Amino acid sequence: MTMKKMLLAGTAAFAVSASAAAAQTEISWWHAMGGTNGERVNKIAADFNASQSDYAVVPTYKGNYTETMTAAVAAFRAGEQPHLVQVFEVGTATMMAAKGAIYPIEQMMADAGEPFDGSDYLPAVVSYYQTPEGELLSMPFNSSTPVLWYNADALEAAGAAVPETWDDVKAAAQALVDNGMECGFSFGWQSWVMIENFSAWHNMEMGTKENGFAGFDTEFTFNNDKVAARLQDIADMQGDKLFVYGGRRGDSLPMFTNGECGMWMNSSAYYGSIKSQAKFNFGQTMLPLDTTLADAPQNSIIGGATLWALQGHESDEYKGLAKFMTYLSSAEVQAWWHQETGYVPITTAAGELSAEQGFYETNPGTDTAIKQLSLNTPTPSSRGLRFGNFVQIRDVINEEMEALWAGNISAAEALDNAAERGNALLRKFERTAK
Amino acid sequence: MLKRVHFPTSLLPYLLVAPQVIITLVFFVWPASQAVYQSFLIEDAFGISTEFVWFENFTYLAGDEQYLGSFGRTIFFSVCVAVLSMSAALVLAGFADRIVRGATTYRTLLIWPYAVAPVLAGALWVFMFNPTLGIFPYILEFVGVDWNHYLNGSQAMALVVFAAAWKQIAYNFLFYLAAMQSIPRSLIEAAAIDGAGPIRRFWDHIFPLVSPTTFFLLVINAVYAFFDTFGIIHAVTQGGPANATTILVYKVYNDGFVGLDLGGSAAQSVILMVLVIAMTVVQFRYVERKVEY
Repeated sequence: MTMKKMLLAGTAAFAVSASAAAAQTEISWWHAMGGTNGERVNKIAADFNASQSDYAVVPTYKGNYTETMTAAVAAFRAGEQPHLVQVFEVGTATMMAAKGAIYPIEQMMADAGEPFDGSDYLPAVVSYYQTPEGELLSMPFNSSTPVLWYNADALEAAGAAVPETWDDVKAAAQALVDNGMECGFSFGWQSWVMIENFSAWHNMEMGTKENGFAGFDTEFTFNNDKVAARLQDIADMQGDKLFVYGGRRGDSLPMFTNGECGMWMNSSAYYGSIKSQAKFNFGQTMLPLDTTLADAPQNSIIGGATLWALQGHESDEYKGLAKFMTYLSSAEVQAWWHQETGYVPITTAAGELSAEQGFYETNPGTDTAIKQLSLNTPTPSSRGLRFGNFVQIRDVINEEMEALWAGNISAAEALDNAAERGNALLRKFERTAK
Repeated sequence: MLKRVHFPTSLLPYLLVAPQVIITLVFFVWPASQAVYQSFLIEDAFGISTEFVWFENFTYLAGDEQYLGSFGRTIFFSVCVAVLSMSAALVLAGFADRIVRGATTYRTLLIWPYAVAPVLAGALWVFMFNPTLGIFPYILEFVGVDWNHYLNGSQAMALVVFAAAWKQIAYNFLFYLAAMQSIPRSLIEAAAIDGAGPIRRFWDHIFPLVSPTTFFLLVINAVYAFFDTFGIIHAVTQGGPANATTILVYKVYNDGFVGLDLGGSAAQSVILMVLVIAMTVVQFRYVERKVEY
């Protein structure tokens, strides 16, 4: 037994606290879920291990999404890759292009003789991770979508209704500020919320070739008048503090939870954090509609991460992995995961089970994300994104949008710059992905 | 001329330096050569398709506005950090050198920040300057400063400069104090008898006499600002907003580990390696010799 295996076994015994019999086949699972969600991941693995005696899934926390992906890449180059790794949605194109490194989930399930039916899954969730032919490449695990969070008390005090359109948002923000609030609204993960989802929500493509699904020779088109007009309007709202920028990712969460901003657009998965931090009545509703662009919203797209199987292991181990995938996507596990974390359930059955259990009645608004995602059948513009180097491109978009919020450039300039710099990165990726 | 002493040839000296040589080979020469090799490649993250491109990664960098911008920013950042931390340390050392009562306590307290890890130093400043929760933005509001380093690039730069300089003051202080204490007391006393006040004595005597230390620290601080501030930048701004605090070493990390562009990132690290070698050469060849004692 090598040192590494001993260490793994040690981790298994510690993390899973299941009796690791010598005959069990170990399946390593690298994930990026820290804190409470990490404990939930451990529970899923432990429960699976307790449900049968042939396989032992060993979850290992590898840091944040970027660190986990980098760790898996480095491990693969060293021939030490795990069986299963959690990769965030923007890494999808990179993973997909690595044909010799990944083992498409649907193919793996078929090879292992494990039943799999793609129609069990929520279309808006799985379509992000399918090939153009409809084969599922990775197993959705934690998926969320941006929603509009609002401070119900503040809206009521200001006499404003829960917004449905961007005009409503503006009016509500004005009412909130007039009523003494420091800021009307803010948002986080701005590329995801304000460009990727804003485009999908209004059924506009943000890049050619079906947002990159149909080929690596895709180019960005998000630098259009429609997106620019919306962003410019938001930038202009900064003067009256109707909009205040609060940083990347979830950095602006405290602005919402401590009552500075009355509305906040960000992931539905902030439910747990908001619930524990906000000292006011809050709610979540669908993203606002820009009535100049569409009469009705299309559907929003997801964020979060999926689980990728990596090549280079024994077929018996993949058999165990396939069984674990089946367990993971069972209605009970998914419903539990969904209700605990605020991530959307990946199967229709899990959503129905949650409804049967009365979860949405006791926690009103928690089905907003699912409603948004399954509002319509996803179109080529709203099924998701598949751009290479998208981690860097999101940074580019962040940088240009920050320059816009700082008042250095106009929205049209920011989007043009971002598209130009993004296209350069796309070409770079196209070259390596041959 | 010193008399050469001849020892019989023995294996022992080689054995004694062997561990150091092996460590250098394994932890420096080997990775560095890998980086040089990698910098000639364009490849995907997993290393499945690899293309040997000679200097393409370098020519790309030479024309990349982002990279050149980051270069200028790094120099600005380094100068600010070096000047700020060295001048603060010089002043503090000047006072600490004069003090009689409680000298050890002051010295110990001034050296403390050096023991703080860069990431922790960064975390402290993040908490103090968080636009929503921090104490300083709250205070600054009273003097009419709207602090938001998430949005304002100059503020973000100022913040990382302060954090990085603060962290380095202790180190500089230590060297300045040692240098000042090695100045013969008789010299200072003679100046005092001639009627020079403390400030005059400092500028006319102490400052020129510690100049070798100043030059030494200049190189050390430049290297520190170039390379060791990664932890602070990572904890405080992650290079943002709009790249305002993306210095070279942070860009290497960001392109390589976040963007998985290994070739481009390796090319940048090779450039950094050349820079640090150059700085070391400058230190040994000129600084050590040309300073007037």
